[in-house]
Amino acid sequence: MSTLSLAVRDSATMLRRNLLHARRYPSLTLNLLLTPVMLLLLFVYIFGDVMSAGIGDGGADRSEYIAYLVPGILLMTIGSTVIGAAVSVATDMNEGIIARFRTMAIHRGSVFIGHVVGSVLQVLASLVLVGAVGVAIGFRSTDATALEWLAAFGLLALFALALTWIAVGMGMASPNAEAAGNMAMPLILLPLISSAFIPADTMPGWFQPIAEYQPFTPAIETLRGLLLGTEIGHNGWLAVAWCLGLAALGYYWSTSQFNRDTK
Amino acid sequence: MTHPAIAAHGLRKSYGDKVVLDGIDLVVPEGTIFSLLGPNGAGKTTVVNILSTLVSADPASGTIRVGGHDLDAEPQAVRAGIGVTGQFSAVDGLITGEENMLLMADLHHLPKKEGRRVAAELLERFDLVEAAKKPAAAYSGGMKRRLDIAMTLVGSPRIIFLDEPTTGLDPRSRHTMWQIIRELVTGGVTVFLTTQYLEEADQLADRIAVLHDGRIAAEGSAEELKRLVPGGHVRLRFADPDAYRAAAAALHDVALDDEALALQIPSDGSQRELRAVLDRLDAAGIEADELTVHTPDLDDVFFALTSSTSTGSGTGDTADVPSRPSNPSQSDQPKENVR
Repeated sequence: MSTLSLAVRDSATMLRRNLLHARRYPSLTLNLLLTPVMLLLLFVYIFGDVMSAGIGDGGADRSEYIAYLVPGILLMTIGSTVIGAAVSVATDMNEGIIARFRTMAIHRGSVFIGHVVGSVLQVLASLVLVGAVGVAIGFRSTDATALEWLAAFGLLALFALALTWIAVGMGMASPNAEAAGNMAMPLILLPLISSAFIPADTMPGWFQPIAEYQPFTPAIETLRGLLLGTEIGHNGWLAVAWCLGLAALGYYWSTSQFNRDTK
Repeated sequence: MTHPAIAAHGLRKSYGDKVVLDGIDLVVPEGTIFSLLGPNGAGKTTVVNILSTLVSADPASGTIRVGGHDLDAEPQAVRAGIGVTGQFSAVDGLITGEENMLLMADLHHLPKKEGRRVAAELLERFDLVEAAKKPAAAYSGGMKRRLDIAMTLVGSPRIIFLDEPTTGLDPRSRHTMWQIIRELVTGGVTVFLTTQYLEEADQLADRIAVLHDGRIAAEGSAEELKRLVPGGHVRLRFADPDAYRAAAAALHDVALDDEALALQIPSDGSQRELRAVLDRLDAAGIEADELTVHTPDLDDVFFALTSSTSTGSGTGDTADVPSRPSNPSQSDQPKENVR
């Protein structure tokens, strides 16, 4: 069997295994989904009046804040659901089954590819759910073309892929599932200090560069631009660069840890 | 016999300053059970990990071939021919036993139909049919271990590594496991078994190597190893002091225990030596009240070989083992003594 078909076949097997896990134990994914949905509802219905006064030139109403918030919440959903990948990789690495995989003549990367593809699929499913909640409470895109929708979808998938690889690396580096959950916390915290909830330029001056150039903000601004027609500017290529960079970093981090000798 | 299933020369491994394996040689012929025996921390698992491609040996090691393939050059070819059941169960606890088996079938690239057939056969053979639809995490220790071995067998490996396969099992499960291991070799499979139970090595292994302080302290069949340790004897006990004295006079080379009215006659426990003793007693018309045969068991060997090497006496004996692999540095005292 050629290397490629071996890789595809083994990865598909590993993906089936991961989806089986997800189907049988959906509570992890659902728990992780709770955070973005709660934050969405909290910021719209509890803090909504104050928050909407803070965007635009003041005087924006709640529906404008919903439009502002949903793209950020979608990216936050990615950040919080990939924690599931970190946890399940860490759990897996503690199971003897991984040692068994390593002694089998299978494609070396298939264990990861199964995790990554499985995680990306779960993220996309989560995005559909959170997006549906967003639409239900009144989010509408303003005159986005089919191409822009496609680009938005591609951006979300790419961002999910990048963060999943990072999460897999975190899972590999963690001794157990709890540690992996803790290590992956920044993936949920970073959106809080991005432009997801309030515009970066309303933050203190010294903090603005951090908020503006961390991975979430460019992706959020790009998504806003695609769905709501706001200015994208340099955020587009910045977002893509972050995604590619994080994906490559996560990939090398994960595989180098996997190829290292077991203790 | 074309080539041995496993051949390792000068196998070395250290983690930092800590020498785990200090140049060990292993040759395991095809279709045999080889047992690596040693106390906790002796390096047994490290040997299994290296031979099963999980961990790389130190570069200073000699060539290591498993299933005829060089471990360094062709790890995938080695992996294709081996099956490993580690010390900690290598089953996926989140999915059912049957799903675990089908996962293995898929990873061995068996066609769907054959995969199902093999999985069903093995589940049947290892008495897991009833539990097949339950998540493996809910299995008992013995069931998990059986599933573990069943999974290892899916790809029909020619060489099977079993790292302490019975540790933590109750006596019944242990005997079941022994039966399974015996059946494996009847099919021509080679089994590399590590254990800390002497009885297990005695029961199963064609050859036993005792690993101690990163070296092979002795190697041979169970019988050969037992010969290393003196102490086999026949013990006769009498109730009547007169019979005791008469027996002591009738037999040669006896050790007397006047208080217990017991005699000890050195013996290898063979039928011939035993009969010779009985014949003498019969000829003298003496009847012992109790006769027991003591053979040195592997426990004696184990303690003799692995007791503190600083005394020197224990390791000195090992030079007599007839089949010990030739190793130019075998008379060296282990370096660990310096610690």
